[in-house]
Amino acid sequence: MGELFWIFISAMLVNNFTLALFLGLCPFMGVSARVSTALRMGFANIFVLTITSIAVWFLNTYVLVGAPYLKLISFIVVIASLVQIVETMIKKLSPALFRELGIFLPLITTNCAILGLAIFQTNRAYDFLEGLFFALGAGLGLTLALVLMASIREQTEVASVPDLAKGMGLVLIIAGSLSLAFMGFAGLFTSS
Amino acid sequence: MDPRLSLTASPHLKAPDSTPTIMWSVVGSLAPVVGAAVYFFGPSAVLVLAAAMLGALLTERVAGQPGSLGDGSAVITGLLLGLTLPPGFPMWMAFVGGVIAIGLGKHIFGGLGQNVFNPALLGRAFLQAAFPGAITTWPQAGGPWMALRGDNLALPLMRPDAPDVITAATPLGLMKFDFIPTEIMDLLIGTTSGSLGETSAVLILLGGGYLALKNYLNWRIPAGIFATVAVFGAILYSIDPVRFPSPLFALFSGGLMLGAIYMATDMVTSPLTNAGCWIFAFGIGVLVVLIRTWGGLPEGVMYGILLMNSLVPFINRATQPRVFGTGRRLEGAVP
Repeated sequence: MGELFWIFISAMLVNNFTLALFLGLCPFMGVSARVSTALRMGFANIFVLTITSIAVWFLNTYVLVGAPYLKLISFIVVIASLVQIVETMIKKLSPALFRELGIFLPLITTNCAILGLAIFQTNRAYDFLEGLFFALGAGLGLTLALVLMASIREQTEVASVPDLAKGMGLVLIIAGSLSLAFMGFAGLFTSS
Repeated sequence: MDPRLSLTASPHLKAPDSTPTIMWSVVGSLAPVVGAAVYFFGPSAVLVLAAAMLGALLTERVAGQPGSLGDGSAVITGLLLGLTLPPGFPMWMAFVGGVIAIGLGKHIFGGLGQNVFNPALLGRAFLQAAFPGAITTWPQAGGPWMALRGDNLALPLMRPDAPDVITAATPLGLMKFDFIPTEIMDLLIGTTSGSLGETSAVLILLGGGYLALKNYLNWRIPAGIFATVAVFGAILYSIDPVRFPSPLFALFSGGLMLGAIYMATDMVTSPLTNAGCWIFAFGIGVLVVLIRTWGGLPEGVMYGILLMNSLVPFINRATQPRVFGTGRRLEGAVP
């Protein structure tokens, strides 16, 4: 139980995918202009990461045992097609959920955060439950970073930002500042 | 020409409190703390504080609007940054910290009143990331007054070397890694090793009390932080009094006093409503206890405040008061 909790906290705060490992920066920069959009992007991330974790565990346990050199390519193919299938199913089964997540799902299937999760999970040899907690923590961490970024960006919209920093420049500065603040979580629950 | 009849829009009430008045009052209330730093750490304190302030003021002069030096905000940023640094800190690093604090912490966001993070703490977080060794080297308290407490005069990008200085762990470091508590009386007066401004709790409380009486800081923020840290500290202390420090130790050690009174209460980066301030303070307290107790670093005040700074837009949105006469919050209003 303690191990699972540690994996969860580590993926969410200490080794936050966006602010500590700098994975998944495209949605972090691109879809963080509004809190509502960022929140939906975050939920889409949690969703895809969870699917990824399950798929990767399945692949590692049953399929890739005899052919470990196929890891990368099979991860990409399986995750991308699985998400597409799930997306089509959601479209039919729950149009409301599709409207919330729909556009974001294809956007993030080939994101480095997703592939990063797959590789981390393989390298650390997580079992099914550990992988699930890892994916949930990483997803919540991404959502947290996205929402923080979006709420700060909404506030700086009314600020008189100098011309040289307008737009993406300021976003990068905010991302760096957030990353500095998240350094405070370094070593949480590991040193004692 | 002085107009006989001046036509202005409301509000017509005039208050003596302007931005420069408040800022210079804060600077004045820090005078005893600076005095104590000089008394305890000698010329090193003067050098570090001067370098940090020089960095902040020069950047303000270059990046700010003409005349913005006079409002005193850059002086405070430089002073507070300097107070968070160890006495033996190389001057050029403190200078870089001041430049980062004002440049990246304040003016890139649009200048005074528009920054998201506390500039002084952002500068210090930058220094902590860039020079982790120099910023965690504390000289032992005491010793000859005139001696430098470290290699303050190190050249830029050269390895600072200070063979004559005896370094010591701060009370928090001693407690965290060796389980050695420090006398509360030493913490109150400030005869411990630590950063320039984290030694004398009494003087910081005096300055904070003055500012709270003048209503220049929202007393709810420090009160909330102290209460949270004390309550969680008491719970941990009752579980294991050897491993966890007493609540009094938690309150008076490290940068908690300086951070809670002078940095968390920054008018720009704290929440707008009183309810928001309570949430903000509670969050800082929890993060401080969390990082101090289970984190990799002995002190978590800086990161606690920075993390809660990043949540302030969110807190403001959540605690937005209802518009008088309407039943619900305004949708889509700018937070």
